[in-house]
Amino acid sequence: MASVKMQFEIPGKMRTWSFALMGVGLAALLIGLFTKGFSSDEHEQAVFWGTLMYNTIFWTLVTNAAMFFICVTTLAMGGWQQSFRRVPEAISTLVPIFGSITFAVLIYVVFSHKHHIYHWVDAEAVAADPILNGKKGFLNPTFFLIWSTLTIGFWSILGWRMRQLSSEADEAAMNNETGRSFIWRNTVRAALFIVWFALTVGSTIPWLWMMSLDAHWYSTMYSWYTFASSFVSGMSLIALWVIYLKNKGYLEYTNQEHLHDIGKFMFAFSVFWTYLWFSQYMLIWYANIPEETVYFKHRVQGPYKGIFFLNLIINFLCPLLILMKRAAKRNYTLVTFMAVLIIFGHWIDFYQMVMGSISKEHVTLGWMDFGILSFFVGVMIFQTGRALASKPLIPKYHPFLKESIIHHT
Amino acid sequence: MAKKKFTVGCFDEEDTLFAAVKKVRTAGYKIHDVYTPYPVHGLDKALGLRETSLHTAGFIYGITGTTTAISSISWIFTKDWPLNIGGKPHFALPAWVPIMFELTVLFAAVGMVLTFCYLCQLAPFVKKHHFHARATDDLFVMVIECSDKTNTDDLKAFLSNAGAVETDVQVAEDGWWLGRYDKDEMMFENKTVAA
Repeated sequence: MASVKMQFEIPGKMRTWSFALMGVGLAALLIGLFTKGFSSDEHEQAVFWGTLMYNTIFWTLVTNAAMFFICVTTLAMGGWQQSFRRVPEAISTLVPIFGSITFAVLIYVVFSHKHHIYHWVDAEAVAADPILNGKKGFLNPTFFLIWSTLTIGFWSILGWRMRQLSSEADEAAMNNETGRSFIWRNTVRAALFIVWFALTVGSTIPWLWMMSLDAHWYSTMYSWYTFASSFVSGMSLIALWVIYLKNKGYLEYTNQEHLHDIGKFMFAFSVFWTYLWFSQYMLIWYANIPEETVYFKHRVQGPYKGIFFLNLIINFLCPLLILMKRAAKRNYTLVTFMAVLIIFGHWIDFYQMVMGSISKEHVTLGWMDFGILSFFVGVMIFQTGRALASKPLIPKYHPFLKESIIHHT
Repeated sequence: MAKKKFTVGCFDEEDTLFAAVKKVRTAGYKIHDVYTPYPVHGLDKALGLRETSLHTAGFIYGITGTTTAISSISWIFTKDWPLNIGGKPHFALPAWVPIMFELTVLFAAVGMVLTFCYLCQLAPFVKKHHFHARATDDLFVMVIECSDKTNTDDLKAFLSNAGAVETDVQVAEDGWWLGRYDKDEMMFENKTVAA
């Protein structure tokens, strides 16, 4: 173990890049705020807040997916991820940060009565509308506030408890008894996180935050679809960080075998995403009921047509054909390329999910979207680097570490 | 279906087997195959086996299935017998995707099973020679192909040196073999068969 580098040191270049990206993002945010956010045109305002919404929701869910990965592998008694588990842990430290931004944006949008974004905040319209009236118990500002608070709070707390427990594996060697108790406590905490994850990301939160933009429309598939999107991007983000650390000479125990398994997740969940995409689309296409097709009308036949099908090419055809081969999943360059492509593809997916409902007539994708994206990327790089440096890179006394070192696919 | 002469070395440990495989290959002998009670990780690499082409075959069967599905359904529903179903267009791609998917899976699965059987030389009535009955129980059996010039006694000694607990020379059918076991080839009676 002596030759293994345990401590990550943040390179100056990384710090510079993250600050540069954050700077670009803040500039874009300010310019956007003055040109669009303070505009007297309510549509422009809606576009500004919508851009913030989809970026912040996307990054919160993606970083939260990293903690989901840890909890799922823990519950499955997985050992292979131990040699790089500090990477998803570090990514998940972003949940409280991005979660607070999301919370602030969403609560502002709801409580400043931006009914161009959330139609259901308009009490008069709800009273006159039998469908919205029927959804009143779920779609109302009070419930929105309470449920969003609980959601982000518990994601942060349960994730923090998992990370805290992981630090025990740095302290002292475990014997059979303490090792068993360590694994058992891991299992309990991971299970709590998964239950909360299922109640939020797996069901209510995408309905509440994003599906309610089309207040009349509903799809039970929507949450799973959002989850698949965020999980596959989360795996890609983990892959990028693992490859980055490998290139810098860290994570000596992680090799092609681990990369292969991460690549399998990226491949499999791209296909899973497509499965949900298609299931949602085909049922609505088949039944052809106006109240359901309203969601796809301007996406498939309107201005969003290009983005809608580009989305399918990037997120389905490319991963399917490129990541299918074993050699591709073990190739660092190719996995890096695919990870960037997949994250970009799902960011575009979130773009059309949110903006497709806010700005139905025009595709507004432009400098502000990329500017705000760069802010989030900057924060992500900065905080993940900091979190990586704050802990040893390898949980050296973890009972399953050996399993990860000899991992073989 | 030529008969060939093989030298067989049996090992009772995975570790000695790996070392022996390395030694035998460095010495220049040609390993016919190694029979193990369970899949041994990394043995394919140690033996220098090339990666199987079963995946590629599977991919080709898969796209054959997709193509079959899309071409036959589109021909049936747009040219041969166009029907108005619920006012949908004749070329109703979303409705066909499940069938395209199913046919892809069917072709890939059936094709790969048959290819696998072919590659392993498994078929009805094809017999396989068992080099050692305990290969399915607890013994790692390494089989080395001998030519006319191979000195089997040297080879047996070499294998014993490398850690083999049991060695012998057998003559067996190589590859596809539709014959039958003769009485004197019954494994439980005697393991070695005269050439």
